[in-house]
Amino acid sequence: MIQLETDVLVIGAGGAGMYAAIAAARDGCRVQLVDRSLIGRGGATVMAQMTVSVALGEQCPDHWEHHLADTLAAGRGLCDPVLAQLLCENAALRIREMDAWKVGWARENGHLKQVYAPGHDRARCVYVDFLNTGPAVSRTLRAQLNRIAAIRRIGDVLITDIVVHGGEAVGAVGLHLLTGAAVALQAKSVVVATGGLTRLYRRNSGSLNMGGDGYALALRAGAELIDMEFVQFFPIGHLAPRMIGMDPIMWDPFRYKLGGRLLNAEGEEFADRYGQAESGNYVLTRDVATYAIYKEVEAGRGSPAGGAYLSFTHVPEADLRQAFGPVIDRLAKNGIDLTRMPVEVAPIAHYHMGGVRVDASMETRVPYLFAAGEAVGGASGANRLSGNAITEAFVFGERAGTTAAARAKARAASGWDAKAAAAKALEPASRRSQAAAVPNTAALLVELQALMADYVGPFRTEEKLRLALSRLEQMQRELGPIPAGSEAYDMVCLDWLDLRNMLLVAQCVVLAAIARKESRGAHQREDFPGMLPGWDLNQILSWQDGKLSLERVPAAQAAARTP
Amino acid sequence: MTTRTARLHIQRGTPGAPARTETFQVPFTPGQSLLDGLRWIRAQLDPTLAMRFSCINANACKECMIELEGKAAYACTVRLREGDMHIAPLHNKALVHDLITEIAPRDERLLD
Ligand SMILES: Cc1cc2nc3c(=O)[nH]c(=O)nc-3n(C[C@H](O)[C@H](O)[C@H](O)COP(=O)(O)OP(=O)(O)OC[C@H]3O[C@@H](n4cnc5c(N)ncnc54)[C@H](O)[C@@H]3O)c2cc1C
Ligand code: FES
Repeated sequence: MIQLETDVLVIGAGGAGMYAAIAAARDGCRVQLVDRSLIGRGGATVMAQMTVSVALGEQCPDHWEHHLADTLAAGRGLCDPVLAQLLCENAALRIREMDAWKVGWARENGHLKQVYAPGHDRARCVYVDFLNTGPAVSRTLRAQLNRIAAIRRIGDVLITDIVVHGGEAVGAVGLHLLTGAAVALQAKSVVVATGGLTRLYRRNSGSLNMGGDGYALALRAGAELIDMEFVQFFPIGHLAPRMIGMDPIMWDPFRYKLGGRLLNAEGEEFADRYGQAESGNYVLTRDVATYAIYKEVEAGRGSPAGGAYLSFTHVPEADLRQAFGPVIDRLAKNGIDLTRMPVEVAPIAHYHMGGVRVDASMETRVPYLFAAGEAVGGASGANRLSGNAITEAFVFGERAGTTAAARAKARAASGWDAKAAAAKALEPASRRSQAAAVPNTAALLVELQALMADYVGPFRTEEKLRLALSRLEQMQRELGPIPAGSEAYDMVCLDWLDLRNMLLVAQCVVLAAIARKESRGAHQREDFPGMLPGWDLNQILSWQDGKLSLERVPAAQAAARTP
Repeated sequence: MTTRTARLHIQRGTPGAPARTETFQVPFTPGQSLLDGLRWIRAQLDPTLAMRFSCINANACKECMIELEGKAAYACTVRLREGDMHIAPLHNKALVHDLITEIAPRDERLLD
């Protein structure tokens, strides 16, 4: 087993993890930043394209309290107001710091340009042209990391468990993917910044590394998960014609800049039937748009591939080119000419509101275990405001890094428990016993994604959710023990480890969805339509005696929880 | 939509052992990527085929680099085509397993 030791261990090198590493090092700690993929390339951050919300008041007067009001309204009463305030209040600091680090936010007439996005009461979102926010953010944070000697960056290490001693986090164990060697990482503070869970769904906007690892790691370590039923679907994910080399959520920025028309198979605009009319501009919130498209398809008015049409044929070519320059050429390579044809779009899993439950210092109920970024639940309640996720990654990342450093410095010794680590570490492949029959793990993953899409999508019923739950439990049994496999980059072993986490996290989503017998934000129960005041509750999941346990707390109580 | 077949000849192996080439027949609809084909092989025929990618479709992670007909290419942006396609790991990087090579910058590796 390869042994490493540090003050602050950060798991996941997306926006949140990189910011946490920088903040912890700034406060004098030695940091190890570990990712299962390449540093700054594996998660959602590098894939983001557009808006980052922040009350800067550069475009028009603004205050973080207005941003907070919009965030709380979007969350449908379930936001943790402490976390939501932290996000909105500290956004400007982080966005300006990124500006000083030369991220390249778009400018206009000598000020940062801020655009309007659905759910915001005014123009509040900064971005980097053209569709380049995520790559620019990643590049900027990587450049900062590279300057700091106290940060060691380690790619290709998959963290498989947090190590806990006497109820406190003391490090983690992982797998070095390239060699198959087990790794033990001893640390005084551990930050989980592993991003979201959208890989659970067949059609998603995310990456391979977004199977919800952090939720499973935190849960097994003794932390709680909150609001797991709320998976955000992005309504206008690209559906057809087949397009490669471009992210399926790329139509969002087109809508921000150019409006565009959402049409059914009969060529009619339909959003007004579902309570939000559009007149050329982009005001439709994500939950309403998702609902409207599903209902049109259900009524037989969907596009051929099973979605809606998005049309820019009324926009002059010169405007398209001015707004999106090189992107228009990339579309042409895919045979798409927006001046002549609409594209087909449909809802696609995009972001997870739920996640690890933390206090205002980003610490979980397990001392010295922190979470940051999309891995954290609570700030967005039942529905996230567009543009808040990158901001959340920065703000919560910085906060987690700072407090993890302070806690690490005040901790005498990490109390490392070699025995506990050895017990959680994976046996080398050569020493594992060969299971009689190893299932096709790649096929199981495909099946899991189909199951979640078909039975645990945005529109849910008790019957479908129960079917999903029993199939998930069955798949868990079929998975069997970890296969023996090979040493170097063993795909079957990797799939097995992913399935172990994904099946657990999927069960969390389903259990919470079954329990919430009302419809709210991203969780819509066809058998329980409408939001019920009695359900102003957050659902909390924890791992107890080898199984999941669910409890409910009044949303206000969750808010009052202090560090 | 019409279904066609690509014949993927994939160079496989680990360092030290002689490389072998295996051939897979992959049905596809026009417009699909080579990565779609490789993922289909794993789910339908052989889950042990080693390859790496993160962003799947977004041209963001740059992890899916392989050699196609001897030239470096991103598997997620090359389209599947009818007939033969020859795929190998990058020849100028250290081989890890099948199509996977050591691509991380030197100062981001666990071992040197
Ligand atoms: C296509 C797309 C577009 C988006 N556009 C926007 C936008 O315009 N504005 C906005 O506000 N938000 C947007 N979002 C959401 C936003 O990008 C994310 O919520 C945010 O970037 C999450 O940052 P993070 O650091 O928490 O996680 P990520 O950036 O996802 O990083 C998590 C990292 O953890 C690593 N990891 C995971 N598991 C393990 C493990 N077991 N061991 C080691 N490492 C692990 C992953 O490889 C990854 O590198 C978008 C998301 C997507 C997918
Ligand atoms: S899979 Fe990310 S660039 Fe090809």
